[in-house]
Amino acid sequence: MKLLRCPVNGARPVSEFVYGGEVREMPGDACTDAEWADYVFNRSGIPGVKIEWWYHVASGTWFLAKRDVAADHVLQTWLPGEEVPE
Amino acid sequence: MAYQLLRFALASRHPETRMFRTPDRLGETYDVVVIGAGGHGLAAAYYLARDHGVRKVAVLDRGYIGGGNTGRNTTIIRSNYLTPEGVAFYDQSVSLWQDLAQDFDLNLFYSTRGHYTLAHTDSAVRTMRWRAEVNKHLGVRSELVGPEEVKRACPRIDLDCGGHAPILGALFHAPGAIARHDAVAWGYGRGASQRGVEIHQQTEVTGIDVEAGRVKGVHTTRGYVSTRKVLCAVAGFTPRVTHMVGIRTPIYVHPLQAMVSEPMKPWLDPILVSGSLHVYVSQSARGELVMGASLDPYEVQSTRSTLDFTEGLAAHMLDMFPFLSHVRVNRQWAGMADMTPDFAPVMGKTPVEGFYLDAGWGTWGFKATPVCGKTMSYTVATDRTHELIRAFSLSRFERYELTGEKGAASVGH
Ligand SMILES: Cc1cc2nc3c(=O)[nH]c(=O)nc-3n(C[C@H](O)[C@H](O)[C@H](O)COP(=O)(O)OP(=O)(O)OC[C@H]3O[C@@H](n4cnc5c(N)ncnc54)[C@H](O)[C@@H]3O)c2cc1C
Repeated sequence: MKLLRCPVNGARPVSEFVYGGEVREMPGDACTDAEWADYVFNRSGIPGVKIEWWYHVASGTWFLAKRDVAADHVLQTWLPGEEVPE
Repeated sequence: MAYQLLRFALASRHPETRMFRTPDRLGETYDVVVIGAGGHGLAAAYYLARDHGVRKVAVLDRGYIGGGNTGRNTTIIRSNYLTPEGVAFYDQSVSLWQDLAQDFDLNLFYSTRGHYTLAHTDSAVRTMRWRAEVNKHLGVRSELVGPEEVKRACPRIDLDCGGHAPILGALFHAPGAIARHDAVAWGYGRGASQRGVEIHQQTEVTGIDVEAGRVKGVHTTRGYVSTRKVLCAVAGFTPRVTHMVGIRTPIYVHPLQAMVSEPMKPWLDPILVSGSLHVYVSQSARGELVMGASLDPYEVQSTRSTLDFTEGLAAHMLDMFPFLSHVRVNRQWAGMADMTPDFAPVMGKTPVEGFYLDAGWGTWGFKATPVCGKTMSYTVATDRTHELIRAFSLSRFERYELTGEKGAASVGH
């Protein structure tokens, strides 16, 4: 079983977590329909290190993870608002 | 025939005839370069040469023929989708499958088994009834059947599923079938090669030259080739290739895993799918159970497989078939599924002139191999979008015109 480190509860089995997708910047109110569609639908599909939302279901904790999506290797996890750990 | 056989028997050497030619070097220029020697790319090349007279075609693959999702899939062929455009498209594919083996002079082990989607709850029964009615309205052979019919078609099933998920009925789709995936790739590959198409394995596309919005050529690990038309049919690698031409798409990549058991005497005739238990299963001509579950829950861009998957799927298989408890799992593997938000493909022209896409085939594209070849070869040869794929254009997202093809959910195929 793969383990993921919740910033609050420590290392837990990955089955306790839900993936929330890559962190993306929401365009402002002034954006065009095309920019909004790009935000809603398009994804950075290429592999690499990405920052993603994850949710620890048992404790209701949303947090951020830096993960290499080719190797499926989690580099760091932290709470929103916290400084990104080095 | 008899004479040939006799000559063969008396000959001292029996060289293997090759399925396709292996040219030793890339040409300098082609009319069309197809990226990806999976079923889709090879089928498009085959129909380009056969139906459209385009002969200078090169199919390039970073690995080997059929080594992508084509050779990793569980080969379920059906057409009980939900939208008119989906049904029309897959129906055409199922009818193309019927004479493909004749066309190729190759046994594809196409085997019509009947496809049952099991319902374990009242609400699932209602959904199945709805799907049956929509299908019938669209001219697809689907009907709702009761548990006794499931038992008749598959006597070894435990209708109670261990007591916690009793089977209340099923959506029955008579044309549901399976086929030999490798043979499909080889058949198209051989047919294309016989008509002059070059197939270059171990040739990875590393860049695409675009000038003034038009395709100019392709960089590969074996040199540069110039071409004005590129067809991208690379399944789970699609985002990497669209990145080369600067096109953004909604495609995201999750692994889809599968496994097979050791071979057994035939006992499972139909194809069974259970959405609630995350299982689909059929028995191959070799007697192995070919099993799959749902998509992995998060993005991974590799073909790693996991023990969690095997354990989960095996447990659900035992709910349905307790007598399998001593049967061994022989192999497991994964493919990279190129998923879209509306479970429909992305096909046709793109904002870059001369760059055509056949992608977003996720967990359900094997069944569509022939019709994709047909429609994409037409689109590439004439630079006009084929009627059957109009609803699948990349620009539908910009127009907020998604197709809503839920019939292709990641369990169900
Ligand atoms: C486990 C699993 C089960 C499935 N079950 C079913 C099913 O039951 N029914 C069904 O209809 N569908 C199923 N599918 C989906 C189906 O397998 C695919 O949609 C279909 O095979 C895609 O075919 P393709 O030819 O487009 O891609 P592929 O067969 O993946 O071929 C793409 C090729 O492109 C090559 N390539 C990639 N990048 C490059 C590059 N830069 N340069 C050169 N070559 C490159 C790859 O090496 C690969 O050979 C399943 C998929 C999986 C993974």
